[in-house]
Amino acid sequence: MPSFVIDEKCDGCKGGDKTACMYICPNDLMVLDADRMKAYNSEPDMCWECYNCVKICPTQAVEVRGYADFTPLGASVVPMRGTEDIMWTVKFRGGTIKRFKFPIRTTPEGEAKPDGGFDVGPGTLDDQLLFTEPASLKADKLWTLGD
Amino acid sequence: MQEFKTVEVKTDLLVIGPGMAGCGACVEGAHWAEENNVKITVVDKAAMERSGAVGMGLSAINQYQGENTPADYLSYVRQDLMGLCRDDLVMDISRHVNGSVHMIEGFGLPIWTDPDGNYVHEGRWQLMINGESYKAIVAEAGKNAVGMDNIIERVFVVRLLLDKNDKNRVAGAIGFSVRDPEIYVFKFKACIVSAGGAVHVFKPRSTGEGLGRAWYPPWNAGSSSYLTTTAGAEMTSQEVVFIPGRFKDGYGPVGAWFLLFKAAATSATGFNYMAEGLAEGGELHNWPPYGEVKPIPTCLRNHLMMIEMYQKGDGPIFIHTDKAIAKIAEQAPDEKTYKKHLKKLEAEAWEDFLDMTISQAILWASKDVFPEKGPSEIMPSEPYFIGSHSGASGAWCSGPEDIQTDESKNEYFWGYNRMTTVKGLFAAGDGVGVSSHKFSSGSFTEGRIAAKAAVKYCVENPDMPEFDEAEVDKLKEQILLPLKHYEEHKAYTTLGTTDKKYDLPVEEVNPNYITPKMAIFRLNKIMDEYVAGWGSQYNCSAITLNIALDLLKLLKEDLSKLAARNLHELMRCWEDVHRIQIAEAHTRHKLHREETRWPGYYYRSDFKKMDEDNWGKVFVNSIYDAEKDEFTMRNRPIIHLVEIKEVVGM
Repeated sequence: MPSFVIDEKCDGCKGGDKTACMYICPNDLMVLDADRMKAYNSEPDMCWECYNCVKICPTQAVEVRGYADFTPLGASVVPMRGTEDIMWTVKFRGGTIKRFKFPIRTTPEGEAKPDGGFDVGPGTLDDQLLFTEPASLKADKLWTLGD
Repeated sequence: MQEFKTVEVKTDLLVIGPGMAGCGACVEGAHWAEENNVKITVVDKAAMERSGAVGMGLSAINQYQGENTPADYLSYVRQDLMGLCRDDLVMDISRHVNGSVHMIEGFGLPIWTDPDGNYVHEGRWQLMINGESYKAIVAEAGKNAVGMDNIIERVFVVRLLLDKNDKNRVAGAIGFSVRDPEIYVFKFKACIVSAGGAVHVFKPRSTGEGLGRAWYPPWNAGSSSYLTTTAGAEMTSQEVVFIPGRFKDGYGPVGAWFLLFKAAATSATGFNYMAEGLAEGGELHNWPPYGEVKPIPTCLRNHLMMIEMYQKGDGPIFIHTDKAIAKIAEQAPDEKTYKKHLKKLEAEAWEDFLDMTISQAILWASKDVFPEKGPSEIMPSEPYFIGSHSGASGAWCSGPEDIQTDESKNEYFWGYNRMTTVKGLFAAGDGVGVSSHKFSSGSFTEGRIAAKAAVKYCVENPDMPEFDEAEVDKLKEQILLPLKHYEEHKAYTTLGTTDKKYDLPVEEVNPNYITPKMAIFRLNKIMDEYVAGWGSQYNCSAITLNIALDLLKLLKEDLSKLAARNLHELMRCWEDVHRIQIAEAHTRHKLHREETRWPGYYYRSDFKKMDEDNWGKVFVNSIYDAEKDEFTMRNRPIIHLVEIKEVVGM
């Protein structure tokens, strides 16, 4: 069903007017049933299985079951995303389990600096230099036709 | 029907769609805007943290120049697109892209390095990354640059507004919230359209629950193309689709397997179609000069695959992951090193999927696929519109002033870099045509280029343009029509709604309206069967294309009968409108270019060969007149700015 919400784990992100999965879904698929305070995937066949709802859910209530028209049942791929890395558990239909851990970022969350740590250069609106050039190029000058 | 209120937003520069290109526009634009007292506002159909094509993540940065020159990169792009590219646009991105990649690394993206601290390349231009959070990190830099107060999320811009005193100047945009009953009217001096390419114009290979498993994301509805086209901007190369050959069904990436692990692909019975195609007398020599040298253009690689599958019936195509792994492992001096090496390779292969196409990981796990034990199938997908990859469709934009010859300056330069032919209307990323192979890093770079130029435009054109308020009122009514239409007619037929988990059933039948899902199925069927989708084995002719145009005309008429049961479906209705526009433009472009230039993307069965004399030196462009609903086709010259002596490969 692409992503699905486990009824007993979902608390509708309590008090808020929208859930974390509603906030993040790039395709606007997740909906909160406000009467029951349960979220659900309202349009599973438009799901890209991007896992953003799975990764963001504070109660780990969202999982993915592969597209039923070509994916045999029984496998699962479950992420645990932290602030520095992500751990994946891949469970095969035949029982094999693989686990992988990959880094996700090198800076503290929220602190991506727009200049990327490079000095502002001498450019003006009338030339071709972008604002961190030439420092960010790690070159002396910007290339132009004839160089 | 609910009452809708109107929210008015006045700004100087509006960024429509903060994906990779839009985030580049935020980062660069904010700097120049602050220096020049220009206000930037950003609008996103989704949440900026994970919107756009990189929302799931990526496993590689596909454009990094390193020590190569812009002319080197140009040689590769021109080759891959069978000669179709704007030298100025491609080299402009190329000269800036190293800086962008270094900045993105500075934002916090982990790029793989070797023990000496050098980047690990997948191929000449590609860098390996730990890219699960690529978009989140780049969006964060964009948000920190423009400030959260200037970012509007979950608002879908559906149309641009023109200056009432100058119909060739943009003055605003109109859209709606997909969460609350609100129409948004934006008033500005300039905008950057970076709202992605188009998916689900053609019928996907999976049409059940897997309908959404396109290679490119299902939320890319052709909005960039629609917004610029309907504003009257000249568009280019709408005939050029992109068809990636990927792992079957999941569309998992093959780049690491081909480039990093050196895996080979063959037909079912073992014919090495790429090596044989290149060998003397091979098929590739029928497509000179591009077929005769490496790297083999993407369309020709598809073409060779399609010959095996469709002409010889020797499908499926296998990629021999097992042999590639065995070969790499053989190079290890002892058993212990072998096991260590294998474990590392395995993690790299799985990260390739988990970073950007998690579906492929589920599929392998569910079918107990172990790449070291046997080969896997690869398959060409349905066609997509994507100006940033090995496609070329998009707006016809001005290039940089300094990368021009006297001849090209007349054709390719009109004042502001990446401005379309409509004043104040800029484009970036998938929105810009014949500026191919920019991928994530080049799209980000193109957004930066466009933003600096757009700020300059705002400074030099300080008066606020004005749109016609009556026009806005008309559009408001038009935008909400599907909701009204549903309310008026919903009681006519019966509906079983008892005891359902869902608020509404998935589909309903009513002779007075068409739901957005059925409209998209109708579009997909037309495009698949008559305009060279996978169902017609990528073949079309003037006859089938004209049938398609007749059917598209009927479909366009029926758009006034679209019905939406809620705001989410209203979004789907307008996405359909956007898709149908690019579908028609694409069909007209295909009809106009009487040759087969990109075999493996599509075949004109009535013009089976590439015709260098008549079509090798032109771009096919079009201008749409929204009032008359008419397209005008025109050819523009391909002007080479540098002579390429040798193609620099991957």
